Amino acid sequence: MSPVDQKNESDIVTGIVQMFAGEDIIPEPPTAGPPTVWAPAGLLPRLLRSLKEDARRPFPMLYDLTVVDERLRRHRPGLPQSDFTLVYHLFSLERNEDVCIKTALTGDMPAVASIVDIWPAANWYERESWDMFGVTFDGHPHLRRLLMPPNWEGHPLRKEHPARATEMEPFRLPESKEEAEEEALKFRPEDWGIQRAHDDTDFIFLNIGPQHPGTHGLLRIVLELDGEVIVDAIPDIGYHHRGAEKMGERQTWHTYIPYTDRIDYLGGVLNNLPYVMAVEQLAGIEVPERAQVIRVMLSELFRIASHLVWYGTFAQDVGALSPVFYMFTDRERVFDIIAAICGDRMHPNWFRIGGVAQDLPQGWDGLVREFIAYLPSRMKEYDRIVMQNRIFKGRTQGVGAYTLEDAIEWGVTGPGLRACGLEWDLRKKRPYSGYDQFEFEIPTATGGDCYDRALVRVAEIHQSLRIIEQCLKNMPAGLYKADHPLAAPPPREMMLRDIETLIDHFLEIGWGPVIPPGEVSAGVEASKGITSYYLISDGGSSPYRLRIRTPSFPHLQMIPLISRGSMIPDLLAILGSMDYVLADVDR
Amino acid sequence: MSELRNIIVPLITVFGVIIIAMSMAAGLIWLERRLLALWQDRYGPNRVGPFGLLQVLADLIKIISKEDWVPPFADAAVFVVAPAAMFIPVLLTFAVISYTPGIAVTDLNIGLLFFLAMSSLTVYGVVLAGWASDSKYSLLGGMRAAAQMLSYEVFMSLSLMGVVMLAGSFDLRQIVEAQRGLWYVVPQFPGMLIFLTAGVAETRRLPFDLPEAEGELVAGFHAEYSGMKFALFFIEEYLGITLVSVLISVLFFGGWLGPLLPPLAWLAIKTMFFISLFILLRATFPRPRYDQLMSFGWKVMLPLALTNLVVTGGIILAAR
Repeated sequence: MSPVDQKNESDIVTGIVQMFAGEDIIPEPPTAGPPTVWAPAGLLPRLLRSLKEDARRPFPMLYDLTVVDERLRRHRPGLPQSDFTLVYHLFSLERNEDVCIKTALTGDMPAVASIVDIWPAANWYERESWDMFGVTFDGHPHLRRLLMPPNWEGHPLRKEHPARATEMEPFRLPESKEEAEEEALKFRPEDWGIQRAHDDTDFIFLNIGPQHPGTHGLLRIVLELDGEVIVDAIPDIGYHHRGAEKMGERQTWHTYIPYTDRIDYLGGVLNNLPYVMAVEQLAGIEVPERAQVIRVMLSELFRIASHLVWYGTFAQDVGALSPVFYMFTDRERVFDIIAAICGDRMHPNWFRIGGVAQDLPQGWDGLVREFIAYLPSRMKEYDRIVMQNRIFKGRTQGVGAYTLEDAIEWGVTGPGLRACGLEWDLRKKRPYSGYDQFEFEIPTATGGDCYDRALVRVAEIHQSLRIIEQCLKNMPAGLYKADHPLAAPPPREMMLRDIETLIDHFLEIGWGPVIPPGEVSAGVEASKGITSYYLISDGGSSPYRLRIRTPSFPHLQMIPLISRGSMIPDLLAILGSMDYVLADVDR
Repeated sequence: MSELRNIIVPLITVFGVIIIAMSMAAGLIWLERRLLALWQDRYGPNRVGPFGLLQVLADLIKIISKEDWVPPFADAAVFVVAPAAMFIPVLLTFAVISYTPGIAVTDLNIGLLFFLAMSSLTVYGVVLAGWASDSKYSLLGGMRAAAQMLSYEVFMSLSLMGVVMLAGSFDLRQIVEAQRGLWYVVPQFPGMLIFLTAGVAETRRLPFDLPEAEGELVAGFHAEYSGMKFALFFIEEYLGITLVSVLISVLFFGGWLGPLLPPLAWLAIKTMFFISLFILLRATFPRPRYDQLMSFGWKVMLPLALTNLVVTGGIILAAR
């Protein structure tokens, strides 16, 4: 994410260094990323706890936790020696500040103390880190694989793990292995940390998913039931894991863009944006104004498309059959515009490093104008058939509520956070891509229940329409892609100017742009919350490490917390109101 | 000669009623899909035959040619009996309805009681199906069905007692005849609403489809069923809709009574209206939660039905 300002940044770092004077705390030279300090592993729990609970300057949200395998990295000027680096990204929404704590670990299979007792939300992040890198977290209550199958061998994001199937042994499934695989799938409540019975009640265990009409994708939730009342709910994810982060390490910077489309597959270009923004920051590319406004317009169109899918399916989750058809019809109208501009509906693969793929087609304004005039009256109807319906209110009001403190504690962003009453939107707080030029409001609600999350999203559709209207009225003229040697692919019109541009073009098409070494993190307010890409370049034609922080991942981790004590139908309402995409969870 | 007539005419009536009821149920599958599609801005089945009418036939061929399968973990005997246990009572009820002054399988003088008895029996089919499937989803669906149908039955029968008091009979033909001056929907309007609500609950249709609850319990009590046994549940549902619609027409809207058109046509028009209403309900409402459904039944509908009963009785007594 873009730095707040240099002074503030050094304040945070000096604050931490002073607080732990005498300890081995090393500030990292300022980069495009958030202020960063390196701390020794032994100090970590104490440091993180004091950062979380520090009265003067608390960072109550664990925004991200990930690992970097540094063993093959060449460009690490001035950084401590490390084999695996743990990266804790902390946030304070109130002060709009963030900080990164890095810890150098050495050895082949390093271990570090778990921080689950400080942040319960670290649970899944630590499991993922163990799963992907083999870093052990001592004291973790349930350190099992999260994304990979339970009997997978190896840790896929380590550099020695092959990225291509052709680098691996041919796949064989002898009978013994098949039996072992099937045995691993057997359900034993004890493995999940739940009891079979309590006092004189025998619990029912009900598998919701991985194939279930209410889970909207490949998600499994193991329910521990007493009658129809949920005693505990344990989500099991990873069924949609496609190794998006690993793939990033062997795609060129340019050819990775289509993969981002498929992270939150309802969000389309909202996924392209943080990725290309991060690459542009690394390469130092200024995006022309016209390209920025095109990006904003398409992002908001996709926000509407994504929210419409949520609206319809949420109504269906509480049993209303019809709304989903109306909303999908409207979404198809959004897609008509998107297809006219981008040539594809759900996966437009439209943003490029330095701009967008092509200029807007002739007649785009007519399509957009028509849509802006069309949607509001439909939204009014939907309000009557869904939001004002008494049964719908009965099913969603007071169901699945969490407080603002819970939301921050568990890393909730997006509409789920705003439904708790906090007016926090990255588009306003840290404007990117020219969002500061637009007039719009941040809708909020106060209750934090399923109904309030719905209210916020519905209001956001109206705000997105406002932004699109402003794009329509004020679309600037100019380039749609930066005139920069690293903008990929370089505009063809400029390629034939002289031999230099021809060579640039040849290299970038054949090889891909070589991005200067560095680290950066860029986030956007996607339809479901903040999506950010943490990129490390080692001066090559592909990322050294590509980390995708998605909003759905922490949201889904909250399911046990907010569904305990409610009934099965409530769980479906909660899942619907969260608006997650499983590909966004598993990546 | 007259003896032969005595045998043949009832036989024709019996088979006529069965055939018409069954083809109604099958036709309703088409009607529901087309009507839902109309209300949901889409086409629905429109490819097979004129207006897609032969879709029903195509579905029938498909479903008959499917393997007759019983899951290995199920209680086979009960699993097979359950669909029939639901289907037969509904079909039997069609025997006591008088369609026109002349057409009825039997003029049972306790016709309405017979209907209530039979509708109580269908709940066994649901519960047995849910239990015999030996699947947790089915079991939850069956449990919900038992609770829902039993509680809604209570005020279903209470809501009809006003009609019985006004007509002075349980015989459906006499109830229709008694409505010559005024349809009972006017004096018994609350009774009609309660019966309609209970009727939707008895047929387990949205917003009372909790035993099936597709988004939650996948298909509830019939999740494990396939082929012809599944089709029986399906046809039973549509037979149930037809039955409740016919009964509302007969009990509250004067049955076959009406000017100009022949009596059977009037009954058919009224019945189709209520069938369409059932389908419209399904296109409109979300599904309440289980506890909300129960409290609505016991705390709202039951007192309402009792009040209706007492007030009707009081007025009849006072008028004497």
